Amino acid sequence: MSIAYQDETFEAREVVEEVTKLSAEQLDAFGAEMDAIRQRVIADLGQADRDYIHNVVKAQRAFEVAGRALFYLPPAWPLAVASLSVSKILDNMEIGHNVMHGQYDWMNEPGLSSRQFDWDNVCPGEQWKYSHNYIHHTFTNILGKDRDIGYGILRMDEDQKWHPYYLGNPVYAFLLMVFFEWGVAMHDLEVENIVSGKRSLDDNKALYPGLMKKVRRQAMKDYVLFPALTGPLFPLTLAGNATANLIRNVWAFNIIFCGHFPAGVATFSEEECENESRGHWYYRQILGSANITGGKLFHLMSGNLSHQIEHHLFPDLPARRYPEIAGEVREICERYGIAYNTGPLHKQLGSVAKKICKMALPPKKKAD
Amino acid sequence: MSTTLTSRILRSRVAAALASPHGVDRYLELVNPMWAAEEVRARVVDVRRENADSDGAPVATLTLQPTSTWRGHRAGQYVQVGVDLPDSGKRMTRCFSISSASSLPGEQITLTIRAHDEGQVSSYLVSRAQPGQMVHLSQAEGEFTLHESAATPTNNHLLFITGGSGITPAMSILRTLLRDGYDGRAGRRVTFLHYARSAEDQIFAEELAEIAAADNDVTVHLRHGDHVFSDFELRRLVPDFRDTDTWACGPAGLMELIHAAYTADEVLSPRLRTEFFKPPRVATGAAEGDVSFDRSGTGAANTGATLLEQAEALGLKPEFGCRMGICFSCTSRKTEGTVRNVLTGAESSLPDEDIQICVTTPVGDCAVDL
Repeated sequence: MSIAYQDETFEAREVVEEVTKLSAEQLDAFGAEMDAIRQRVIADLGQADRDYIHNVVKAQRAFEVAGRALFYLPPAWPLAVASLSVSKILDNMEIGHNVMHGQYDWMNEPGLSSRQFDWDNVCPGEQWKYSHNYIHHTFTNILGKDRDIGYGILRMDEDQKWHPYYLGNPVYAFLLMVFFEWGVAMHDLEVENIVSGKRSLDDNKALYPGLMKKVRRQAMKDYVLFPALTGPLFPLTLAGNATANLIRNVWAFNIIFCGHFPAGVATFSEEECENESRGHWYYRQILGSANITGGKLFHLMSGNLSHQIEHHLFPDLPARRYPEIAGEVREICERYGIAYNTGPLHKQLGSVAKKICKMALPPKKKAD
Repeated sequence: MSTTLTSRILRSRVAAALASPHGVDRYLELVNPMWAAEEVRARVVDVRRENADSDGAPVATLTLQPTSTWRGHRAGQYVQVGVDLPDSGKRMTRCFSISSASSLPGEQITLTIRAHDEGQVSSYLVSRAQPGQMVHLSQAEGEFTLHESAATPTNNHLLFITGGSGITPAMSILRTLLRDGYDGRAGRRVTFLHYARSAEDQIFAEELAEIAAADNDVTVHLRHGDHVFSDFELRRLVPDFRDTDTWACGPAGLMELIHAAYTADEVLSPRLRTEFFKPPRVATGAAEGDVSFDRSGTGAANTGATLLEQAEALGLKPEFGCRMGICFSCTSRKTEGTVRNVLTGAESSLPDEDIQICVTTPVGDCAVDL
């Protein structure tokens, strides 16, 4: 495992060092402590969690209806866009992402079950669950396995081989931010693997119908039907809906990039993770993730992905539980000498931006 | 008129497109739980205790006002009832027979429910449900029904044999016959034979007494206590019972006896219709191979029981609902091996197949993602 450290002054000083490895026994003990937290939370799930997610859903629907309605009042256009943006952010993050992780499956409620829920986003939930829940959450930050490292488009790690194509890293990142929902939808097509010949176009055939159906429905709703319902205000409503989608894209991109790409987050090789123990899996999840500090509203709007570490440890626990266990997780990490990466949004974002630019350039010869 | 127009708009493709991907009902339910475009919900209108004097498990009749999406039911059908249990925050779904006469779309129905000791849903509905609260419903399901209409009487003799709360679907059929028949008569000969634990535990006692006393073509025979069903007694009441249209519903012991009585020369009479509360018991014996539950990393030798029971025996807690192959709550992924559906007897060896573990037994080695 390698960790590239950067100092606070953003000097391009880089030290690659081996992190103190925990023994197998230590990893087992550490894993047992994590399991205990999980068991405790699961035993405590109940009405409060149900009320919470119901209230978030109610708020999201209210913002959505308000947003759609306010487009009838042209002077309220900015308010309509803001309202619809909040709705889409809540829908995708605190509701969609978390519900599709199965965090609320225990409630047996069809409307909030990972088997049935789909989000207000062009990526079909069914396809996202495979690439995200299975590939990314199982093989988190293992180079060559976790396609979320750079999403097949960017160079986000020293160990990804440099190529002149990556000179465009900042431009690609900017485009991915603007078109984030489309990027997420295309993610499953594994375009980079088709270019490299690892995957054939035929492998994607099964994905097209679901993808096209979802794209059609989303486009029909946001770019045809709702604008048409506002009659002569069609262009304004269309622009408003597009803006709300853009705002959600930018917000989601930024929160998600802070989850795995700030300086200090580790990547792993496939060899390191062969036959790994449960303790090592937890250990990898922590070192491969980074948190963002902030207030309650910030955590809600980020779908509690601001607690990316806790989310990666326990992806199927209701996200509202992450803040309450974060202190304990951090304390355990300190005891075992495991780095717990956290910081305010501006610091994590700065660090990510710097990495995107730095990785655009070929690696410097390392001093021995 | 306006309500039909509203519901047509709500069920239109445009409404669905506007509410995509969540669906119209996810919005309507937040405004008024009695508004629905597709789903069925119901408000509890009345809860009445049926066997107040009994020391047995309490029985209550709930009157439900369904949403306009309710398509009505045929007498003898059941419905899945989903209850949001307070405290645990979970929705549990169970099947209950409808006890009221057949209903038209949007009409009220009644459920007569016995609170089982371990039945969270039945106990909740009988003891804690209050008028005004909402429950989730499916559409009516089941084929344990009367196919002929009471309005066009034939001279077919109809026979009902029921035990315990198995009386409810038969009661629905009987009530429908008497409601729809001419001048309060069933219009054909009806024999109603019921077995209850005790006279105090007899539900619908008053109504059955009235039906028995009235001149309506219906004969009622109530048997209480240790009185068990016998071939001999049935033959005395209905000599040609094997050639009589029969509806039987009750506990497993009674059903086994009825099955035996209706079987002559190893052939089961086609006139017998049955309804089970539970899936048929799995024939034990030829259980081979090992069952493994991959996600939890456990496994054991195949006991021949359903996969749900085997998983529970190993301490797993898979999601489940009806435990009789109806609600699909327990649907899980079988990764490899051959399994048998105990309801249909169908065997399947497809890899990565979704199966209902409550009605599926392994045939040899089998791996399930649980």
